[in-house]
Amino acid sequence: MAAPVAIHLEFGGGAELLFNGVKEHHVTLPSQSEPWDVKQLLVWIQRNLLKERPELFVQGDSVRPGILVLINDADWELMGELDYRLQDQDNIVFISTLHGG
Amino acid sequence: RYLSLLAGFPMCQVDEDYHDELERAGAPSVSKQCVKCKEATAAVVIRVGDTFCRGCFKEYFIHKFRAMLGKNRIIFPGEKVLLAVSGGPSSCSMLSQVQEGLSQNAHKKLRFSPGIVFIDEGGAVGQSAEERRRTAAELEAVFKATGFPFHIVPLEKVLDLPSKVLMAAPSPSEQPAGAYKTAVGHFLQSSSSSSSCVTQQEEKESSLPDVQESSTPLLQRLMASVETLTAREDLLSTLRQHLLVHTARSEGYSKLMLGDSCTRLAVKLLSSISLGRGAQLAQDTGFSDSRFGDVTLVRPMRDYSAKEIAFYNRLFSVPSVSIPSLDTKAPEKASIQRLTESFVIKLQADFPSTVSTIYRSVPNLPELNRTFYNPRPCCSVCAYTSFNGVFWVRTCDEQAAVRYRAPETADVRTLLCYSCQLTIKDMVSQSPCTAAGSALLFPKSTQEEKRKHVLVQVCCPLFRELVEK
Repeated sequence: MAAPVAIHLEFGGGAELLFNGVKEHHVTLPSQSEPWDVKQLLVWIQRNLLKERPELFVQGDSVRPGILVLINDADWELMGELDYRLQDQDNIVFISTLHGG
Repeated sequence: RYLSLLAGFPMCQVDEDYHDELERAGAPSVSKQCVKCKEATAAVVIRVGDTFCRGCFKEYFIHKFRAMLGKNRIIFPGEKVLLAVSGGPSSCSMLSQVQEGLSQNAHKKLRFSPGIVFIDEGGAVGQSAEERRRTAAELEAVFKATGFPFHIVPLEKVLDLPSKVLMAAPSPSEQPAGAYKTAVGHFLQSSSSSSSCVTQQEEKESSLPDVQESSTPLLQRLMASVETLTAREDLLSTLRQHLLVHTARSEGYSKLMLGDSCTRLAVKLLSSISLGRGAQLAQDTGFSDSRFGDVTLVRPMRDYSAKEIAFYNRLFSVPSVSIPSLDTKAPEKASIQRLTESFVIKLQADFPSTVSTIYRSVPNLPELNRTFYNPRPCCSVCAYTSFNGVFWVRTCDEQAAVRYRAPETADVRTLLCYSCQLTIKDMVSQSPCTAAGSALLFPKSTQEEKRKHVLVQVCCPLFRELVEK
C-alpha cells in the first residue's frame, strides 16, 4: 500500500483552457495498492480535473502529441515518460505547443 | 515541383528504416548526461539522442538566433526593425532573444534598433472589450519591461487602411554585394565617433487606442460573412499581415520580424499547398520575404522547433500571454490548417524527422524571378506576385495602372490570386446558413450587391477605388 502523494500540477501554452483557465493545481493523489505513475496520473487528471474535451488533452493512454510534459523541470523523455513513478512533492508541467492552445 | 518534398517525406518509406528506429526508441537507453558538456544532468531532449543540460541548452539556443541573423546578413546595423509579437511563445521568445542580443558586449552584440508591434485581434475572435483590455494591459507590461518602443494596434484599423498598402513600394535600389560590409564599417565609425548609441530608445509608446465603436461590428460582420473556419483563418492572417506591414511602413521600419517556428512553418507549408497557395510557398515560408518592397519580412525563429521554444520559455521564464484564437478548442477537423497541424504533429511523434524534412524542402522551392515581369502583376489581397499570369493582371505601378485600368464590368475576383479567390468565394457563397446571415446583414439586396458590399465596404477598402470607378 503506497502512501498518498502530494504533487504540484501546472498547465500552460493554452492547455489551461481545458481546466477552466486555472494554471496551477496542488493535488493529493489518494493512496492505492500500486505506486502512482504518470500513466495513472493522466487517468486521474481526466477524471478529476479536466473540464472539457478530453480528446484535446489525452490520446490513448498518453498525452496528445504536441503537449510537452516536464517532470521537475526536465523533459519527461529523460524520466521514463509514462512509467515514471511519482514522488511526493513532484512538479509536473504540461505545455501545449499547438496553435490556439 | 513538390516531388522533392514528397520524396523526402517519411511516410513514403515507412516500412524498413523507420521500423528499427521505432523499436530502438521504444527501449530507451536515453543518456541522462548532457551530450555537450558531458557533465551536468540533462534537462531537454532536442532530437533523438541529443540531450542537453540547462546551461548548454541556453547557450545553444542563443547562439542559434545570432547565427541565423549573422548568416543571412539581411539586417543592417542601425536599421529599424519591427518585431511582430502576438503574445504566443514563439514571438515572445524572439523578443527575449533580441533583448539578449542587444545586451551583449563587444562584437557579438546585435546592432539594429528594435520596436514592437502587437495586433489585438480580439474583435475578430470574439473577445469582450474587457478581455481585450486585460490582454493588452498584460502585454503592455511585458513590452514596457523591454524598454523598446511599442505599438498596440487593434485589428479594426485594417478597415481604414489606404489602398496603397499592397502596392509594393519601390525598395531602396538593389544592394550591391559588398553593401553589408560597407554598412557595418560606416556603423562602427559613426558609433565610435559619437558616443550616442543607436539603440537608445526614444520614449515613444502607443497604448491601445480606443477602437472606433463602429468598426468592431464591421469587423465581426466581415468575419461572420466567411462560412468556413479554413477561409476565416486565411482571411485573418491576411488582414493581420496588411496591418503589420502598414504599421512598419508608417512608423518607418524597414524590416518586420515574424516569430514563426519551424514546426509552425512545416504546418504552414503543407496547409498552404492545400489552400492553393503553392506558388507562394517560397515567400510564405522562407527566411525573408520582400514582396512588399520597402518592408521585408524576416523569420529568425525558423530554426527552432516548438518544443525547443516551449522549453526555453519555461526554463528561463520568458513571459508569454496566451490569447484564445479562432481555432482554440476547435476539433481536429475544423479547418484545413488545424487538420494539417494535427497530421504533422502526430507524424512527428512517431517519426521525429518529419518537421525538419518538410521544413528543409523550403530552400529548394524556386523563388520567382523578380525581373521577369515589369511591372509585376500582384494579387489585390495577399500581394502575391504572379510570375506566370495565373490570374488577371493588375499592375502595382501606379502609372501603368492607368493603362491597365480594369474594365468597369470586370469581376473583382479576376484581380485575386487563386487562393484569395477561394476565400472570397466562400465569403459570398449561398449556403442556407450564410443566406440567413446575409439576409439579416444585407436585407433586400441581390447577390451581386451583397458581394459588392462585402468586397467594397467591408472586406477591403483596397477594392473601393476599383469597384466605384
